[in-house]
Parts: sequence; C-alpha cells; structure tokens
Amino acid sequence: MNALWLGVLGTSVIAFLLKFTGHSIPEKYVSNPRALRINTLIPIALLSALVGVQTLTEKGKWVIDQRLAGVAVALIALSLKAPYFVVVASAAVTSAVLYRL
Amino acid sequence: MNRATATQSLSVSFTVGLYGTAFGAASIAAGFSILQTCLLSLLTFSGASQFAVVGVMGAGGSAISGIATASLLGIRNGLYGLRMAPILKVRGLKRVVAAQVTIDESTGVAIGQEDLGIDAMKQGFWLTGFGVYIFWNIFTLMGALGAQAMGNPSAWGLDAAVPAAFLGLVWPRLTGKFERVLAASSILLAIALSPIISAGLPIIATALLAAAFGWKERT
Repeated sequence: MNALWLGVLGTSVIAFLLKFTGHSIPEKYVSNPRALRINTLIPIALLSALVGVQTLTEKGKWVIDQRLAGVAVALIALSLKAPYFVVVASAAVTSAVLYRL
Repeated sequence: MNRATATQSLSVSFTVGLYGTAFGAASIAAGFSILQTCLLSLLTFSGASQFAVVGVMGAGGSAISGIATASLLGIRNGLYGLRMAPILKVRGLKRVVAAQVTIDESTGVAIGQEDLGIDAMKQGFWLTGFGVYIFWNIFTLMGALGAQAMGNPSAWGLDAAVPAAFLGLVWPRLTGKFERVLAASSILLAIALSPIISAGLPIIATALLAAAFGWKERT
C-alpha cells in the first residue's frame, strides 16, 4: 500500500472513530474546561499554519510567487464578506493570471 | 416536519456541499487519484480534515503527518458527538450513521433549532447531515473530474486556491483579537519551521501553540 492510500484510509478510520467515540461515551467524562478550550483553538492554529505553509513555502523552502497574490486577493474578498466560492475562485484566477504572464 | 428547519437544512447542505468542488480539485492537484479523492469525501467526510491530509501530503509530508493533522482537526467532531448523543438517542446501525454525519454543519443546525424543541433539533441534524453528505460527495467528484481535465495545477491557480480554501475555513473562527493573534503566530511558526523540519510537522507543531494559548482561562 503506498503512502497516499495509507493517508486516505488512515484519516478515514480515525475520523470515524473520533465521531463514534463522541456518540458512545457519557458527556460527564469529557468536561475538562482546559481541554475544551484548547480543542476550540486547535483548528485555528492548524488551519492558519496550513495557509502560511501552502502560500509561502515549496518543498521546505521559502518561496514568494503568484500564490501570495492569490491569497492576498482571497483575504480582501473575505474582508468584503464575499461567499466562500468567490474567495477561492478569486485566489485561483489571480494566481493563474500571474503564472501565465 | 418543521418547514423552517427543513429550509435551513437544505440551504446549508447545498452551500456547504458546493465547497466539495474546491476539495475535489485540491486533492487532484495534490496528486491523489479520483478514487482516493472520492473515498476521502465518502469515508472521512469532514472538510477541514480532508483538506489537511491532501494539503500536508501534497506538500511532501508523510502519511503519518497527514493523518495526525487531519485527526487533530477531527477531534471536534467527537465533541459534537458528545453533544448530539443525548438529543438523538440512537443505537446500533443508526448510531454508526449518526456518527458518520456528525460534522460542523449538522451539529450547528441542530443546536440552532433549540428554541423549536427536540424534534426540530433531530430533524435539523439528520436533514443537514444527509444533505451535506450527498452534495459534498457529488461536488467532490465534479471538482476532481474538472481538475483532472485541467492538467498543470499552477496554470489554473489551484496552487493558490488551496491556501485560500484554508483561509476561508479559518476566517469565521477569528472572532476576536486573541484568535487573530493565535492565527498570526501559527502562520509565523509554521513558516519558520518549514526549512528545518520535514513537511507536515510544522503544521502539527502549531497545535502546541494552541495548547499554550488555551492553557489559562481568559478573564
């Protein structure tokens, strides 16, 4: 089994187990306020890190290219309350135009 | 059946399902096959986790890094399950199905119906859960087929669409200064670590940052 398949199946199995565990254990066992606080912050940290790494690095090197312009346009779109699809599409169009210049 | 709940469930399902296109395209751009892409949507069925595993592995990260990042993002679904279980009260196969469709949107719509009573909450959960499941999977396939037909991801801007998709996912969570500082710190830490440790690990490292930020209660 190659790495991509391992990624697909491993992610799927754990994703389901996490969901199912939540449905199967009594709520009183998971009420540590610190754990709950950290859990709401984890998506913010990981998703932000993914934005940074996917915009400014390539194969472990810092790179500034058309992606940065695309993400900057997405940021503007978000601050103008554009719908998600517009945000993603505006980034793609910006980046594609610059890449082809 | 409550009409308002049904309308809300359907509109959320369609809008969110549409993002499946972005995932399908991102997954193909990251090197996954159409079958693998569709299986991620059918089996993992949690947008942020799916984007994370293809993002990390597409950037050269190991399967373990990809799975770990996706799973850290999936913990919240477990907490949604905790919240929903006493409302749904289901066992056996029904519980398996309920678990699979326990995501941000199904839980969100269910909790939003609290004023209308427990039946409306159940209805909101199931309708949104199934609705997102159907649309998300259809649009994943369409996005994957579209990206496959395009060829070079950079020529179509897919290389910027992926981080923009993450940005769109994190944006609604940045509700205050504290969250924005955490987001900015995470970006800086991950970029700074990228040349030093192997792909995927800089992302996971920011979970520690989240732990540090959440350690003390804010007053």
